[in-house]
Amino acid sequence: MSSPRNSARQYGVALRAMLVFTVILGVAYPLAITAFGQLALPNQANGSLIHGSSGVVGSSLIGQSFTDADGAARPEWFQSRPSAAGNGYDATASSGSNLGPENADLIAAIADRKSAIEESDGVTAAQIPADALTASASGLDPQISAEYARIQVNRVSAARGLPVATVSALVESRIQGRDLGFLGEPTVNVLQLNLALESLPDQG
Amino acid sequence: MDLWFAVLQALTLALVLALIYRPLGDYMAAFYQSSRDLRIERGFYRLIGVNPRSQQTWQSYLRSVLAFSLLGVLFVYAIQRAQAVLPYSLGFPAIPSGLSFNTAVSFVTNTNWQSYSPDVTMGYSVQMLGLAVQNFVSAAVGIAVAIALVRGFAQRRTGTIGNFWVDLTRGVLRLLLPGAVLAAVVLLAGGVIQNLTGFTDVTTITGATQSIPGGPVASQEAIKMLGTNGGGFFNANSAHPFENPTAWTSMFQIILMLAIPFSLPRTFGTIVGDKRQGYAILGAMAAIFVVSLTALTLFELGGAGTAPLAAGGAMEGKEQRFGIIGSALFGTTSTLTSTGAVNSMHDSFTSLGGMMPMLNMMLGEVAPGGTGSGLYGMLILAVITVFIAGLLVGRTPEYLGKKIGPREIKIASLYILVTPTLVLAGTALSFAIPAVRADVESTSIWNPGLHGLSEVLYAFTSAANNNGSAFAGLTANTPWFNTALGVAMLLGRFLPIVLVLALAGALSAQDTVPATRGTLPTHRTQFVGLLVGVTVIITALTYFPVLALGPLAEGLQ
Repeated sequence: MSSPRNSARQYGVALRAMLVFTVILGVAYPLAITAFGQLALPNQANGSLIHGSSGVVGSSLIGQSFTDADGAARPEWFQSRPSAAGNGYDATASSGSNLGPENADLIAAIADRKSAIEESDGVTAAQIPADALTASASGLDPQISAEYARIQVNRVSAARGLPVATVSALVESRIQGRDLGFLGEPTVNVLQLNLALESLPDQG
Repeated sequence: MDLWFAVLQALTLALVLALIYRPLGDYMAAFYQSSRDLRIERGFYRLIGVNPRSQQTWQSYLRSVLAFSLLGVLFVYAIQRAQAVLPYSLGFPAIPSGLSFNTAVSFVTNTNWQSYSPDVTMGYSVQMLGLAVQNFVSAAVGIAVAIALVRGFAQRRTGTIGNFWVDLTRGVLRLLLPGAVLAAVVLLAGGVIQNLTGFTDVTTITGATQSIPGGPVASQEAIKMLGTNGGGFFNANSAHPFENPTAWTSMFQIILMLAIPFSLPRTFGTIVGDKRQGYAILGAMAAIFVVSLTALTLFELGGAGTAPLAAGGAMEGKEQRFGIIGSALFGTTSTLTSTGAVNSMHDSFTSLGGMMPMLNMMLGEVAPGGTGSGLYGMLILAVITVFIAGLLVGRTPEYLGKKIGPREIKIASLYILVTPTLVLAGTALSFAIPAVRADVESTSIWNPGLHGLSEVLYAFTSAANNNGSAFAGLTANTPWFNTALGVAMLLGRFLPIVLVLALAGALSAQDTVPATRGTLPTHRTQFVGLLVGVTVIITALTYFPVLALGPLAEGLQ
């Protein structure tokens, strides 16, 4: 049976074990991985940052808003998905909307987004893919579907005074297939697409 | 055709797990049964003051588990309360006491329920010193208890079940740490971050500003998945691109979650000296997994419900790179193990789709379940199954040569009552106590109506089964939920462990009885079918009424 002395001994063992594990698993292990990451894979370890002419302009993994100060979509940029992270693509507040399938607010938001895209992009409701109308899980989804990129081509080329064929070719060249051919979905990275768009010559 | 991608993805997963099954299962069997210590282990045992050759009775083993876990709770609690004075805290203040209690319990019990938003709550020191350490040791505790139960079946008339400190140490040093190092390197290569630089402020090409977070994420992500923990470094968990950047890292994380739980049946079969017994347990686990995965995939691809129909697909709360199929596989894996990580938001699933993660947890997380907890949960159900089969033919039931007598069956029956009691009582009390109900309805519930009940039911199901995923719209950082879910996690973890170790002790003290013509063979398809049937019927009978009030009502209206 358990004597008080025996119990006290158990707690002594437990305390010493916890301290040693904390040093090994809570300090040495993460620092060793950090050192490895910084030496061997610094680009990934530091967040796959994208450097523009004026310094870092974002991360290829973290989505961004391409809206004006009031949150309205700017027609000359390809738009990301709706976002529930803070006021939209707030990388310090990753979050989905968590609205359920019968939630009235979500149903209304989808209807609003649909009519806004119909108007801005000159497409019918049937042409708009689901990812354009729904917020992602992280609120930081850097990618959109190929369909959503394609329906934005007319608007973007008109706003920039570029030939539709040029912008369309750019979009097609930026479509990433499924990983290993069958994992996940085809995607277009919005920030990288917009950076490539910005570097196109002859913009009106 | 979408379905072919789902099939191809599932077949790939099955192939990888099949390749891992024997080597990993045998490796675990070998090192948990070995009488040789590594040099570093001998030093460790001297340091903490244990004799690695001493064998413990089940009572002694249990006292060690409880002492280690209680200290873990106090330790993680203290680190959170001291956050303000710790380095690398990103300027975050001390965590309030109620939340600190909930989080400490959550990580020690391998639940990793998060009442908080880590992005704005937890600095690097709490994540590393507190949470990541428990990610390792809570997983090792689970496997240790499972191995102790397997020894109970394998040993004859010893009355001892091993040495907890040895099992814990070997689980960490020979399995989880090397596995986590490998996994962290792979995740790093895939784009998961690993730095200590805090936030990087950038000016975007539209002239706006964005603050990009940093953190030691890959090291934590690796053990979060391998140890079926599931607590995210970020609020969005494995949906966050810095935790899970691509479709292939998502598949890799799924493999990490399943590697140990699906290989433990092999360890079991090897230790009891009949590998066919391992295949039978594996067969039952795999059958439930396949059916559950199929159901969730079809519900989500079907996209029923007003909002998914309006959007043209159930993409709310899902990432484009994973898609519906990659989200369904991850969600099924995470809730059939005790992980609870998410790469999509379950709260926004279709009504019947959202019921599947709940059902997965309600099954008791046995297909394949958490690291260790899945195996011991399934072995308890196997004991119940031989008992029921014995009743049908009027024979004293046996399992692996051990008589399942009154003591054994009492223990197994109490085991399967623990989590349903916690889930149903917790959910009912949330609405039955007037003051609590007012708070739950005004503060905590995010989606009104039937879905709100589902959010509360999901929370208690997740806590009592030590899963940790959520219908995350629920605001759980309230006195009621922090306390009630904390208690549910504690009891949901340690009452079953008490019962499992008691069973291990009882079995270990028994001699084996020789198999006769009347013995029910427990390695054939017939037994696998019985085991699956018992698992499903127990769950269905227990939870059908409450599911009918929540997701079923919402989905069928």
